[in-house]
Amino acid sequence: MIEAQQLTKRYGEKTAVDRLDFTVRPGTVTGFLGPNGAGKSTTMRMIVGLDAPSSGSVTVNGRRYAEHTAPLQEVGALLEAKSIHPGRSAFNHLNSLALTHGIPRRRVEEVIELTGLQSVARRRAGAFSLGMGQRLGIAAALLGDPATIMLDEPVNGLDPEGVLWIRNLLTGLAAEGRTVFVSSHLMSEMALTADHLIVVGRGRLLADTTVKDLIRQSGGDTVKVASSDPARLREVLAGPGVEITGRSGSEELEVTGLAARAIGLKAAEHGIALFELSTKGVSLEEAFMELTRDDVEYHGSTTVPSVHHAEAAEPVGSAA
Amino acid sequence: MSTTTTAAGPARAERPVYKVTMGRTVQAEWAKFWSLRSSWITLAVALVFVLAFGLIRDWRYTVMMNAGHVHDPEVLDANGVGLSLFGLNFGQLAVGVLGVLVTAGEYSTGMIRSTLAAVPRRLPVLWAKALIFGAVALLLGVVAAFAAFGIGSGILSGSKAALGFGDAGVIRSLIMAGAYLALIGICGVALGSLLRSVAGGIAVLLGTLLLVPGLMELLPTSWQNNVSQFLPDHAGDSMYALHQDLHTLSATNGLLVLMGWAALALAGAAYRLKRSDA
Repeated sequence: MIEAQQLTKRYGEKTAVDRLDFTVRPGTVTGFLGPNGAGKSTTMRMIVGLDAPSSGSVTVNGRRYAEHTAPLQEVGALLEAKSIHPGRSAFNHLNSLALTHGIPRRRVEEVIELTGLQSVARRRAGAFSLGMGQRLGIAAALLGDPATIMLDEPVNGLDPEGVLWIRNLLTGLAAEGRTVFVSSHLMSEMALTADHLIVVGRGRLLADTTVKDLIRQSGGDTVKVASSDPARLREVLAGPGVEITGRSGSEELEVTGLAARAIGLKAAEHGIALFELSTKGVSLEEAFMELTRDDVEYHGSTTVPSVHHAEAAEPVGSAA
Repeated sequence: MSTTTTAAGPARAERPVYKVTMGRTVQAEWAKFWSLRSSWITLAVALVFVLAFGLIRDWRYTVMMNAGHVHDPEVLDANGVGLSLFGLNFGQLAVGVLGVLVTAGEYSTGMIRSTLAAVPRRLPVLWAKALIFGAVALLLGVVAAFAAFGIGSGILSGSKAALGFGDAGVIRSLIMAGAYLALIGICGVALGSLLRSVAGGIAVLLGTLLLVPGLMELLPTSWQNNVSQFLPDHAGDSMYALHQDLHTLSATNGLLVLMGWAALALAGAAYRLKRSDA
Protein backbone atom coordinates (compact mmCIF):
# COMPACT_ATOMS: atom_id res chain seq x y z
CA MET A 1 0.00 0.00 0.00
CA ILE A 2 1.41 3.36 -1.07
CA GLU A 3 -0.28 6.54 0.04
CA ALA A 4 0.62 10.00 -1.24
CA GLN A 5 -0.82 13.11 0.36
CA GLN A 6 -0.39 16.45 -1.33
CA LEU A 7 2.97 15.16 -2.51
CA THR A 8 4.95 17.98 -4.09
CA LYS A 9 8.44 18.36 -5.50
CA ARG A 10 9.78 21.66 -6.71
CA TYR A 11 13.11 22.28 -8.39
CA GLY A 12 13.54 26.02 -8.19
CA GLU A 13 10.79 27.52 -10.31
CA LYS A 14 9.72 24.25 -11.84
CA THR A 15 7.22 22.05 -10.09
CA ALA A 16 7.89 18.46 -11.05
CA VAL A 17 5.21 16.94 -8.84
CA ASP A 18 2.24 19.05 -7.89
CA ARG A 19 0.10 18.14 -4.86
CA LEU A 20 -0.47 14.51 -5.80
CA ASP A 21 -2.97 12.51 -3.79
CA PHE A 22 -3.31 8.84 -4.53
CA THR A 23 -3.40 5.40 -3.00
CA VAL A 24 -1.95 2.26 -4.54
CA ARG A 25 -3.74 -0.79 -3.19
CA PRO A 26 -2.60 -4.38 -2.83
CA GLY A 27 -3.81 -7.21 -5.03
CA THR A 28 -3.96 -5.30 -8.28
CA VAL A 29 -1.56 -3.88 -10.79
CA THR A 30 -1.74 -0.11 -10.66
CA GLY A 31 -0.46 1.70 -13.71
CA PHE A 32 1.21 5.07 -13.27
CA LEU A 33 0.72 6.75 -16.55
CA GLY A 34 1.77 10.01 -18.03
CA PRO A 35 3.76 11.57 -20.83
CA ASN A 36 7.51 12.01 -20.54
CA GLY A 37 8.36 14.62 -17.94
CA ALA A 38 5.06 14.23 -16.10
CA GLY A 39 6.81 13.58 -12.79
CA LYS A 40 6.46 9.78 -12.63
CA SER A 41 10.10 9.04 -11.90
CA THR A 42 10.37 11.86 -9.38
CA THR A 43 7.31 10.52 -7.58
CA MET A 44 8.81 7.04 -7.44
CA ARG A 45 12.11 8.40 -6.19
CA MET A 46 10.25 10.15 -3.39
CA ILE A 47 8.47 6.91 -2.49
CA VAL A 48 11.80 5.20 -1.76
CA GLY A 49 13.29 8.28 -0.14
CA LEU A 50 15.91 9.11 -2.75
CA ASP A 51 14.34 12.54 -3.15
CA ALA A 52 12.73 14.42 -0.29
CA PRO A 53 9.31 15.98 -1.00
CA SER A 54 9.19 19.79 -0.99
CA SER A 55 5.90 19.43 0.83
CA GLY A 56 3.31 16.76 1.44
CA SER A 57 4.22 13.18 2.21
CA VAL A 58 4.23 9.67 0.88
CA THR A 59 4.13 6.54 3.00
CA VAL A 60 4.57 2.86 2.31
CA ASN A 61 2.54 0.47 4.44
CA GLY A 62 1.81 3.31 6.83
CA ARG A 63 5.32 4.65 7.32
CA ARG A 64 7.85 6.69 5.47
CA TYR A 65 10.19 4.38 3.57
CA ALA A 66 13.28 5.31 5.60
CA GLU A 67 11.50 4.53 8.86
CA HIS A 68 11.12 0.84 8.11
CA THR A 69 13.59 -1.48 9.80
CA ALA A 70 13.85 -3.63 6.67
CA PRO A 71 12.96 -1.33 3.74
CA LEU A 72 13.75 -3.91 1.05
CA GLN A 73 11.14 -6.14 2.63
CA GLU A 74 8.53 -3.39 2.27
CA VAL A 75 9.22 -2.07 -1.21
CA GLY A 76 11.22 -3.53 -4.04
CA ALA A 77 11.92 -0.86 -6.60
CA LEU A 78 13.29 -0.87 -10.10
CA LEU A 79 14.12 2.69 -11.02
CA GLU A 80 14.38 3.86 -14.58
CA ALA A 81 18.09 4.49 -14.74
CA LYS A 82 20.62 1.73 -14.14
CA SER A 83 21.44 1.48 -10.46
CA ILE A 84 24.44 -0.80 -10.49
CA HIS A 85 28.20 -0.58 -10.54
CA PRO A 86 29.19 -1.96 -13.96
CA GLY A 87 32.35 -3.56 -12.56
CA ARG A 88 30.49 -5.78 -10.10
CA SER A 89 28.98 -9.12 -11.04
CA ALA A 90 25.23 -9.63 -10.79
CA PHE A 91 25.69 -12.03 -7.90
CA ASN A 92 27.96 -9.67 -5.95
CA HIS A 93 25.60 -6.78 -6.58
CA LEU A 94 22.60 -8.66 -5.23
CA ASN A 95 24.61 -10.17 -2.40
CA SER A 96 25.84 -6.79 -1.20
CA LEU A 97 22.25 -5.54 -1.04
CA ALA A 98 21.18 -8.73 0.73
CA LEU A 99 23.93 -8.34 3.34
CA THR A 100 22.53 -5.00 4.56
CA HIS A 101 19.33 -6.76 5.62
CA GLY A 102 20.68 -10.14 6.63
CA ILE A 103 18.87 -11.72 3.68
CA PRO A 104 20.36 -15.22 3.25
CA ARG A 105 22.50 -16.16 0.28
CA ARG A 106 19.88 -18.75 -0.63
CA ARG A 107 17.43 -15.97 -1.44
CA VAL A 108 20.04 -14.30 -3.67
CA GLU A 109 20.37 -17.52 -5.66
CA GLU A 110 16.58 -17.77 -5.73
CA VAL A 111 16.00 -14.36 -7.33
CA ILE A 112 18.81 -15.01 -9.81
CA GLU A 113 17.02 -18.17 -10.88
CA LEU A 114 13.65 -16.44 -10.88
CA THR A 115 14.87 -13.80 -13.30
CA GLY A 116 16.75 -16.29 -15.45
CA LEU A 117 20.20 -14.82 -14.81
CA GLN A 118 21.95 -18.06 -13.75
CA SER A 119 24.24 -18.21 -16.74
CA VAL A 120 25.48 -14.61 -16.41
CA ALA A 121 25.37 -14.09 -12.65
CA ARG A 122 29.16 -14.17 -12.30
CA ARG A 123 29.80 -11.80 -15.16
CA ARG A 124 30.38 -8.05 -14.89
CA ALA A 125 26.97 -6.38 -14.91
CA GLY A 126 28.34 -3.59 -17.09
CA ALA A 127 28.45 -6.00 -20.02
CA PHE A 128 24.74 -6.87 -19.70
CA SER A 129 22.28 -6.17 -22.48
CA LEU A 130 19.36 -3.89 -21.73
CA GLY A 131 17.09 -6.86 -21.14
CA MET A 132 19.49 -8.59 -18.75
CA GLY A 133 20.02 -5.28 -16.97
CA GLN A 134 16.26 -4.99 -16.42
CA ARG A 135 16.15 -8.55 -15.11
CA LEU A 136 18.95 -7.75 -12.68
CA GLY A 137 17.02 -4.68 -11.53
CA ILE A 138 13.93 -6.81 -11.02
CA ALA A 139 15.96 -9.44 -9.17
CA ALA A 140 17.10 -6.69 -6.79
CA ALA A 141 13.51 -5.51 -6.38
CA LEU A 142 12.32 -9.01 -5.47
CA LEU A 143 15.25 -9.70 -3.13
CA GLY A 144 13.48 -8.81 0.10
CA ASP A 145 10.29 -10.62 -0.95
CA PRO A 146 8.54 -7.25 -0.61
CA ALA A 147 4.83 -6.64 -0.18
CA THR A 148 5.03 -3.73 -2.58
CA ILE A 149 6.77 -3.78 -5.94
CA MET A 150 7.42 -0.61 -7.83
CA LEU A 151 8.83 -0.56 -11.35
CA ASP A 152 9.66 2.53 -13.37
CA GLU A 153 9.20 1.95 -17.12
CA PRO A 154 10.11 -1.73 -16.88
CA VAL A 155 9.41 -2.60 -20.51
CA ASN A 156 11.41 0.24 -22.03
CA GLY A 157 13.68 -1.13 -24.69
CA LEU A 158 12.82 -4.77 -24.10
CA ASP A 159 12.23 -7.29 -26.85
CA PRO A 160 8.78 -8.90 -27.17
CA GLU A 161 9.83 -11.90 -25.10
CA GLY A 162 11.05 -9.63 -22.33
CA VAL A 163 7.87 -7.57 -22.44
CA LEU A 164 5.74 -10.67 -22.14
CA TRP A 165 7.87 -11.92 -19.25
CA ILE A 166 7.42 -8.66 -17.33
CA ARG A 167 3.68 -8.63 -18.03
CA ASN A 168 3.26 -12.13 -16.62
CA LEU A 169 5.49 -11.33 -13.69
CA LEU A 170 3.42 -8.29 -12.76
CA THR A 171 0.07 -10.02 -12.93
CA GLY A 172 1.54 -12.96 -11.04
CA LEU A 173 2.81 -10.70 -8.25
CA ALA A 174 -0.53 -8.93 -7.96
CA ALA A 175 -2.35 -12.26 -7.86
CA GLU A 176 -0.27 -13.13 -4.81
CA GLY A 177 -1.79 -10.13 -3.08
CA ARG A 178 1.11 -7.74 -3.48
CA THR A 179 0.88 -4.07 -4.29
CA VAL A 180 2.22 -3.59 -7.80
CA PHE A 181 2.90 -0.08 -9.05
CA VAL A 182 4.22 0.29 -12.59
CA SER A 183 4.92 3.43 -14.50
CA SER A 184 4.75 3.79 -18.23
CA HIS A 185 4.18 6.37 -20.89
CA LEU A 186 2.58 3.73 -23.09
CA MET A 187 -1.13 3.37 -22.60
CA SER A 188 -1.24 0.28 -24.77
CA GLU A 189 1.14 -1.48 -22.40
CA MET A 190 -0.87 -0.48 -19.35
CA ALA A 191 -4.10 -1.61 -20.95
CA LEU A 192 -2.71 -5.14 -21.03
CA THR A 193 -1.45 -5.34 -17.47
CA ALA A 194 -3.03 -2.72 -15.23
CA ASP A 195 -6.41 -2.83 -13.55
CA HIS A 196 -6.19 0.54 -11.95
CA LEU A 197 -4.72 3.69 -13.44
CA ILE A 198 -3.21 6.81 -11.96
CA VAL A 199 -2.71 9.32 -14.75
CA VAL A 200 -0.50 12.35 -14.32
CA GLY A 201 0.51 15.22 -16.55
CA ARG A 202 2.91 18.00 -15.65
CA GLY A 203 3.07 16.72 -12.12
CA ARG A 204 -0.67 16.94 -11.55
CA LEU A 205 -3.14 14.16 -11.03
CA LEU A 206 -5.37 13.87 -14.10
CA ALA A 207 -7.23 10.69 -13.29
CA ASP A 208 -7.36 8.02 -10.60
CA THR A 209 -9.60 5.42 -12.13
CA THR A 210 -9.96 1.91 -13.46
CA VAL A 211 -9.19 1.01 -17.03
CA LYS A 212 -12.89 0.31 -17.65
CA ASP A 213 -14.02 3.65 -16.26
CA LEU A 214 -11.46 5.52 -18.27
CA ILE A 215 -12.88 4.02 -21.46
CA ARG A 216 -16.42 4.79 -20.43
CA GLN A 217 -15.50 8.36 -19.48
CA SER A 218 -14.00 9.07 -22.81
CA GLY A 219 -17.25 8.06 -24.49
CA GLY A 220 -16.09 4.54 -25.09
CA ASP A 221 -18.08 1.86 -26.84
CA THR A 222 -20.26 3.91 -29.11
CA VAL A 223 -22.41 1.96 -31.53
CA LYS A 224 -22.82 3.30 -35.00
CA VAL A 225 -26.11 2.35 -36.58
CA ALA A 226 -27.45 3.24 -40.01
CA SER A 227 -31.11 2.60 -40.70
CA SER A 228 -33.95 3.38 -43.08
CA ASP A 229 -35.81 5.39 -40.45
CA PRO A 230 -33.42 7.05 -38.00
CA ALA A 231 -36.11 9.21 -36.44
CA ARG A 232 -38.20 6.22 -35.45
CA LEU A 233 -35.16 4.27 -34.34
CA ARG A 234 -34.31 7.11 -31.98
CA GLU A 235 -37.72 6.82 -30.32
CA VAL A 236 -37.44 3.04 -30.08
CA LEU A 237 -33.99 3.09 -28.50
CA ALA A 238 -34.54 6.01 -26.13
CA GLY A 239 -34.36 5.11 -22.46
CA PRO A 240 -32.51 5.91 -19.26
CA GLY A 241 -28.72 6.00 -19.70
CA VAL A 242 -28.94 5.89 -23.44
CA GLU A 243 -27.54 8.74 -25.46
CA ILE A 244 -28.21 9.10 -29.13
CA THR A 245 -26.66 11.56 -31.51
CA GLY A 246 -27.04 12.00 -35.23
CA ARG A 247 -27.25 14.71 -37.80
CA SER A 248 -30.64 15.45 -39.28
CA GLY A 249 -30.90 14.22 -42.82
CA SER A 250 -28.30 11.53 -42.18
CA GLU A 251 -29.35 7.93 -41.80
CA GLU A 252 -26.56 7.32 -39.27
CA LEU A 253 -26.94 7.46 -35.50
CA GLU A 254 -24.36 7.12 -32.76
CA VAL A 255 -25.61 5.37 -29.67
CA THR A 256 -23.96 5.01 -26.30
CA GLY A 257 -25.32 3.03 -23.40
CA LEU A 258 -26.68 0.16 -25.46
CA ALA A 259 -24.90 -2.82 -26.91
CA ALA A 260 -24.99 -3.43 -30.66
CA ARG A 261 -26.87 -6.66 -30.03
CA ALA A 262 -29.65 -4.90 -28.11
CA ILE A 263 -29.97 -2.26 -30.82
CA GLY A 264 -30.26 -4.90 -33.53
CA LEU A 265 -32.94 -6.81 -31.64
CA LYS A 266 -34.99 -3.70 -30.95
CA ALA A 267 -34.79 -2.61 -34.58
CA ALA A 268 -35.94 -6.04 -35.72
CA GLU A 269 -38.77 -6.00 -33.21
CA HIS A 270 -40.06 -2.76 -34.72
CA GLY A 271 -39.37 -3.71 -38.30
CA ILE A 272 -36.72 -1.09 -38.94
CA ALA A 273 -34.21 -2.13 -41.54
CA LEU A 274 -30.59 -1.68 -40.56
CA PHE A 275 -27.82 -1.08 -43.09
CA GLU A 276 -24.96 -0.93 -40.68
CA LEU A 277 -24.42 -1.83 -37.07
CA SER A 278 -20.93 -1.58 -35.59
CA THR A 279 -19.32 -1.01 -32.25
CA LYS A 280 -16.77 1.76 -32.30
CA GLY A 281 -14.42 0.99 -29.38
CA VAL A 282 -12.44 3.94 -28.20
CA SER A 283 -8.87 2.82 -27.85
CA LEU A 284 -7.23 3.47 -24.52
CA GLU A 285 -4.51 5.24 -26.41
CA GLU A 286 -7.04 7.79 -27.63
CA ALA A 287 -8.55 8.14 -24.19
CA PHE A 288 -5.10 8.78 -22.77
CA MET A 289 -4.17 11.30 -25.44
CA GLU A 290 -7.45 13.07 -24.84
CA LEU A 291 -6.71 13.24 -21.13
CA THR A 292 -3.14 14.42 -21.35
CA ARG A 293 -3.26 16.55 -24.46
CA ASP A 294 -2.86 19.79 -22.54
CA ASP A 295 -0.18 18.39 -20.30
CA VAL A 296 2.35 17.03 -22.70
CA GLU A 297 5.66 18.71 -22.03
CA TYR A 298 6.86 18.93 -25.59
CA HIS A 299 4.53 18.82 -28.55
CA GLY A 300 5.76 17.58 -31.84
CA SER A 301 4.19 19.13 -34.86
CA THR A 302 3.28 17.09 -37.88
CA THR A 303 1.38 19.74 -39.74
CA VAL A 304 3.09 21.98 -42.23
CA PRO A 305 2.80 25.51 -40.91
CA SER A 306 0.21 27.35 -42.95
CA VAL A 307 0.33 31.03 -43.80
CA HIS A 308 -1.66 32.28 -40.86
CA HIS A 309 0.32 30.08 -38.51
CA ALA A 310 3.62 31.45 -39.67
CA GLU A 311 3.16 34.76 -37.91
CA ALA A 312 2.76 33.04 -34.57
CA ALA A 313 6.42 32.22 -34.28
CA GLU A 314 6.20 30.94 -30.74
CA PRO A 315 8.47 28.09 -29.71
CA VAL A 316 6.92 24.68 -29.92
CA GLY A 317 7.72 23.84 -26.32
CA SER A 318 5.56 26.63 -24.95
CA ALA A 319 2.35 25.19 -26.35
CA ALA A 320 -0.42 24.14 -23.99
CA MET B 1 12.28 -18.03 -19.26
CA SER B 2 11.22 -18.89 -15.77
CA THR B 3 7.81 -19.24 -14.30
CA THR B 4 6.48 -16.12 -12.69
CA THR B 5 3.89 -17.49 -10.36
CA THR B 6 6.56 -18.59 -7.91
CA ALA B 7 7.92 -15.07 -7.63
CA ALA B 8 6.82 -14.87 -4.05
CA GLY B 9 9.45 -17.30 -2.90
CA PRO B 10 8.48 -18.27 0.61
CA ALA B 11 4.81 -18.05 1.46
CA ARG B 12 3.48 -15.05 3.33
CA ALA B 13 2.99 -16.92 6.57
CA GLU B 14 6.62 -17.88 7.05
CA ARG B 15 7.99 -14.47 6.25
CA PRO B 16 11.51 -14.10 7.57
CA VAL B 17 12.37 -11.10 9.71
CA TYR B 18 15.09 -8.95 8.22
CA LYS B 19 16.61 -5.84 9.70
CA VAL B 20 19.17 -3.28 8.58
CA THR B 21 21.90 -2.79 11.19
CA MET B 22 25.16 -0.90 11.32
CA GLY B 23 27.09 -4.17 11.46
CA ARG B 24 25.33 -5.50 8.38
CA THR B 25 25.94 -2.27 6.53
CA VAL B 26 29.66 -2.65 7.30
CA GLN B 27 29.52 -6.26 6.03
CA ALA B 28 27.83 -5.13 2.84
CA GLU B 29 30.33 -2.35 2.23
CA TRP B 30 33.16 -4.79 2.89
CA ALA B 31 31.77 -7.15 0.25
CA LYS B 32 31.24 -4.26 -2.16
CA PHE B 33 34.80 -3.01 -1.73
CA TRP B 34 36.44 -6.34 -2.45
CA SER B 35 34.14 -7.26 -5.35
CA LEU B 36 35.57 -4.54 -7.58
CA ARG B 37 38.73 -5.08 -9.52
CA SER B 38 39.71 -1.41 -9.16
CA SER B 39 40.10 -1.88 -5.39
CA TRP B 40 42.65 -4.65 -5.79
CA ILE B 41 44.55 -2.88 -8.53
CA THR B 42 44.76 0.46 -6.75
CA LEU B 43 45.81 -1.12 -3.46
CA ALA B 44 48.53 -3.04 -5.29
CA VAL B 45 49.67 0.19 -6.95
CA ALA B 46 49.81 1.93 -3.57
CA LEU B 47 51.88 -0.89 -2.11
CA VAL B 48 54.28 -0.84 -5.06
CA PHE B 49 54.63 2.96 -4.85
CA VAL B 50 55.51 2.92 -1.15
CA LEU B 51 58.00 0.09 -1.53
CA ALA B 52 59.59 1.02 -4.85
CA PHE B 53 60.11 4.73 -4.28
CA GLY B 54 61.32 4.16 -0.72
CA LEU B 55 63.89 1.62 -1.84
CA ILE B 56 65.04 3.79 -4.75
CA ARG B 57 65.61 6.61 -2.26
CA ASP B 58 67.62 4.28 0.00
CA TRP B 59 69.71 3.18 -2.92
CA ARG B 60 70.29 6.76 -4.07
CA TYR B 61 71.47 7.64 -0.57
CA THR B 62 74.10 4.93 -0.58
CA VAL B 63 75.23 5.97 -4.05
CA MET B 64 75.70 9.57 -2.90
CA MET B 65 77.45 8.42 0.29
CA ASN B 66 79.84 6.28 -1.65
CA ALA B 67 80.49 9.14 -4.08
CA GLY B 68 81.63 11.23 -1.13
CA HIS B 69 78.76 13.78 -0.97
CA VAL B 70 78.73 13.53 2.83
CA HIS B 71 78.11 17.26 3.37
CA ASP B 72 75.15 17.43 1.01
CA PRO B 73 72.16 18.33 3.25
CA GLU B 74 70.20 15.53 1.60
CA VAL B 75 72.74 13.09 2.98
CA LEU B 76 73.55 14.90 6.21
CA ASP B 77 70.03 15.00 7.69
CA ALA B 78 68.90 11.64 6.39
CA ASN B 79 67.77 8.76 8.57
CA GLY B 80 66.62 5.29 7.69
CA VAL B 81 62.96 5.98 8.49
CA GLY B 82 62.73 9.14 6.40
CA LEU B 83 64.49 7.52 3.47
CA SER B 84 62.52 4.28 3.46
CA LEU B 85 59.14 6.03 3.89
CA PHE B 86 59.79 8.43 1.00
CA GLY B 87 57.40 6.35 -1.10
CA LEU B 88 54.48 7.34 1.14
CA ASN B 89 54.29 10.60 -0.83
CA PHE B 90 53.22 8.54 -3.82
CA GLY B 91 51.36 5.79 -2.04
CA GLN B 92 49.09 8.41 -0.44
CA LEU B 93 47.93 9.51 -3.89
CA ALA B 94 46.81 6.01 -4.84
CA VAL B 95 45.10 5.50 -1.48
CA GLY B 96 43.40 8.91 -1.62
CA VAL B 97 42.15 8.31 -5.16
CA LEU B 98 40.76 4.90 -4.19
CA GLY B 99 39.01 6.55 -1.24
CA VAL B 100 37.33 8.99 -3.61
CA LEU B 101 36.32 6.10 -5.89
CA VAL B 102 34.70 4.22 -3.00
CA THR B 103 32.06 6.93 -2.62
CA ALA B 104 32.03 9.10 -5.76
CA GLY B 105 32.18 5.96 -7.92
CA GLU B 106 28.71 5.06 -6.66
CA TYR B 107 27.35 8.39 -7.86
CA SER B 108 28.97 8.22 -11.28
CA THR B 109 27.65 4.70 -11.91
CA GLY B 110 24.19 5.02 -10.34
CA MET B 111 24.94 2.36 -7.72
CA ILE B 112 24.16 4.93 -5.04
CA ARG B 113 20.42 4.53 -5.78
CA SER B 114 20.59 0.83 -4.93
CA THR B 115 22.76 1.52 -1.90
CA LEU B 116 20.48 4.17 -0.44
CA ALA B 117 17.32 2.21 -1.25
CA ALA B 118 18.75 -0.60 0.89
CA VAL B 119 19.92 1.72 3.67
CA PRO B 120 17.63 4.74 3.43
CA ARG B 121 18.91 6.22 6.68
CA ARG B 122 22.00 6.94 4.63
CA LEU B 123 24.57 7.91 7.27
CA PRO B 124 25.45 4.29 8.20
CA VAL B 125 26.65 3.88 4.60
CA LEU B 126 29.13 6.76 4.96
CA TRP B 127 30.38 5.55 8.36
CA ALA B 128 30.74 2.00 7.05
CA LYS B 129 32.68 3.11 3.99
CA ALA B 130 35.00 5.35 6.05
CA LEU B 131 35.50 2.58 8.59
CA ILE B 132 36.35 -0.23 6.22
CA PHE B 133 38.45 1.86 3.90
CA GLY B 134 40.28 3.43 6.86
CA ALA B 135 41.00 -0.05 8.22
CA VAL B 136 42.18 -1.37 4.85
CA ALA B 137 44.44 1.66 4.29
CA LEU B 138 45.81 1.38 7.84
CA LEU B 139 46.70 -2.24 7.32
CA LEU B 140 48.18 -1.59 3.91
CA GLY B 141 50.19 1.37 5.24
CA VAL B 142 51.60 -0.51 8.22
CA VAL B 143 52.53 -3.52 6.11
CA ALA B 144 54.09 -1.34 3.41
CA ALA B 145 55.99 0.80 5.94
CA PHE B 146 57.41 -2.21 7.81
CA ALA B 147 58.37 -3.87 4.54
CA ALA B 148 59.96 -0.73 3.11
CA PHE B 149 61.90 -0.10 6.31
CA GLY B 150 62.88 -3.75 6.71
CA ILE B 151 64.20 -4.11 3.18
CA GLY B 152 65.59 -0.57 3.26
CA SER B 153 67.67 -1.17 6.37
CA GLY B 154 69.39 -3.97 4.44
CA ILE B 155 70.36 -1.48 1.73
CA LEU B 156 71.43 1.16 4.25
CA SER B 157 73.30 -1.14 6.62
CA GLY B 158 76.68 0.19 7.58
CA SER B 159 75.80 3.75 6.50
CA LYS B 160 75.26 6.71 8.82
CA ALA B 161 71.52 6.61 8.28
CA ALA B 162 71.16 2.95 9.14
CA LEU B 163 68.52 2.17 11.77
CA GLY B 164 66.96 -0.98 13.11
CA PHE B 165 63.44 -1.79 14.33
CA GLY B 166 64.80 -1.55 17.87
CA ASP B 167 65.90 2.06 17.61
CA ALA B 168 63.97 4.71 19.47
CA GLY B 169 60.83 5.91 17.72
CA VAL B 170 61.12 3.61 14.70
CA ILE B 171 58.12 1.40 15.43
CA ARG B 172 56.01 4.44 16.29
CA SER B 173 56.96 6.08 12.97
CA LEU B 174 56.08 3.00 10.96
CA ILE B 175 52.67 2.62 12.63
CA MET B 176 52.04 6.33 12.20
CA ALA B 177 52.77 5.89 8.49
CA GLY B 178 49.87 3.43 8.36
CA ALA B 179 47.66 5.83 10.31
CA TYR B 180 48.59 8.57 7.86
CA LEU B 181 47.44 6.53 4.87
CA ALA B 182 44.25 5.59 6.72
CA LEU B 183 43.39 9.24 7.37
CA ILE B 184 44.20 10.32 3.81
CA GLY B 185 41.98 7.44 2.62
CA ILE B 186 39.15 8.61 4.88
CA CYS B 187 39.58 12.15 3.55
CA GLY B 188 39.21 10.69 0.05
CA VAL B 189 36.04 8.80 1.04
CA ALA B 190 34.59 11.97 2.54
CA LEU B 191 35.51 14.20 -0.40
CA GLY B 192 34.07 11.71 -2.88
CA SER B 193 30.82 11.63 -0.95
CA LEU B 194 30.74 15.39 -0.49
CA LEU B 195 31.43 16.28 -4.13
CA ARG B 196 29.71 13.24 -5.70
CA SER B 197 32.17 13.39 -8.56
CA VAL B 198 35.25 11.24 -9.12
CA ALA B 199 37.07 13.98 -11.02
CA GLY B 200 36.09 16.68 -8.53
CA GLY B 201 37.04 14.57 -5.52
CA ILE B 202 40.43 13.65 -6.94
CA ALA B 203 41.12 17.24 -7.99
CA VAL B 204 40.39 18.64 -4.53
CA LEU B 205 42.31 15.88 -2.76
CA LEU B 206 45.42 16.12 -4.92
CA GLY B 207 45.20 19.91 -4.97
CA THR B 208 45.20 19.98 -1.19
CA LEU B 209 48.05 17.52 -0.89
CA LEU B 210 50.27 18.74 -3.71
CA LEU B 211 49.43 22.33 -4.67
CA VAL B 212 48.39 24.07 -1.46
CA PRO B 213 51.75 23.51 0.30
CA GLY B 214 53.41 25.21 -2.68
CA LEU B 215 51.02 28.16 -2.45
CA MET B 216 52.16 28.71 1.12
CA GLU B 217 55.31 30.27 -0.25
CA LEU B 218 53.25 33.25 -1.29
CA LEU B 219 52.60 34.06 2.36
CA PRO B 220 55.00 36.09 4.52
CA THR B 221 57.60 33.84 6.12
CA SER B 222 56.29 34.30 9.67
CA TRP B 223 52.83 33.18 8.57
CA GLN B 224 54.21 30.28 6.57
CA ASN B 225 55.76 28.76 9.64
CA ASN B 226 52.55 29.07 11.61
CA VAL B 227 50.06 28.03 8.99
CA SER B 228 51.95 25.54 6.93
CA GLN B 229 52.42 22.99 9.69
CA PHE B 230 48.66 22.55 9.99
CA LEU B 231 48.14 21.56 6.37
CA PRO B 232 47.09 17.91 5.96
CA ASP B 233 50.26 17.08 4.07
CA HIS B 234 52.64 18.64 6.61
CA ALA B 235 50.69 17.44 9.63
CA GLY B 236 51.00 13.99 8.12
CA ASP B 237 54.73 14.34 7.57
CA SER B 238 55.23 15.17 11.23
CA MET B 239 53.20 12.10 12.21
CA TYR B 240 55.71 9.63 10.88
CA ALA B 241 58.93 11.72 10.97
CA LEU B 242 61.53 10.33 13.33
CA HIS B 243 62.69 13.81 14.43
CA GLN B 244 60.68 16.97 14.48
CA ASP B 245 61.98 20.23 13.03
CA LEU B 246 61.52 23.67 14.52
CA HIS B 247 58.33 24.50 12.65
CA THR B 248 56.61 21.15 12.59
CA LEU B 249 54.06 19.62 14.92
CA SER B 250 54.83 16.77 17.27
CA ALA B 251 53.79 13.35 16.05
CA THR B 252 50.76 13.29 18.32
CA ASN B 253 49.68 16.78 17.36
CA GLY B 254 50.19 15.92 13.70
CA LEU B 255 47.89 12.94 14.17
CA LEU B 256 45.29 15.09 15.93
CA VAL B 257 45.41 17.79 13.25
CA LEU B 258 45.01 15.29 10.42
CA MET B 259 42.17 13.59 12.30
CA GLY B 260 40.61 17.03 12.54
CA TRP B 261 40.81 17.47 8.78
CA ALA B 262 39.30 14.03 8.20
CA ALA B 263 36.51 14.74 10.69
CA LEU B 264 35.78 18.05 9.00
CA ALA B 265 35.56 16.41 5.57
CA LEU B 266 33.34 13.64 6.98
CA ALA B 267 31.05 16.17 8.63
CA GLY B 268 30.62 17.96 5.31
CA ALA B 269 29.96 14.67 3.56
CA ALA B 270 27.43 13.60 6.20
CA TYR B 271 25.61 16.91 5.94
CA ARG B 272 25.26 16.69 2.19
CA LEU B 273 24.37 12.99 2.21
CA LYS B 274 21.59 13.54 4.72
CA ARG B 275 20.26 16.79 3.33
CA SER B 276 20.28 16.55 -0.43
CA ASP B 277 18.53 14.29 -2.90
CA ALA B 278 20.50 11.31 -4.12
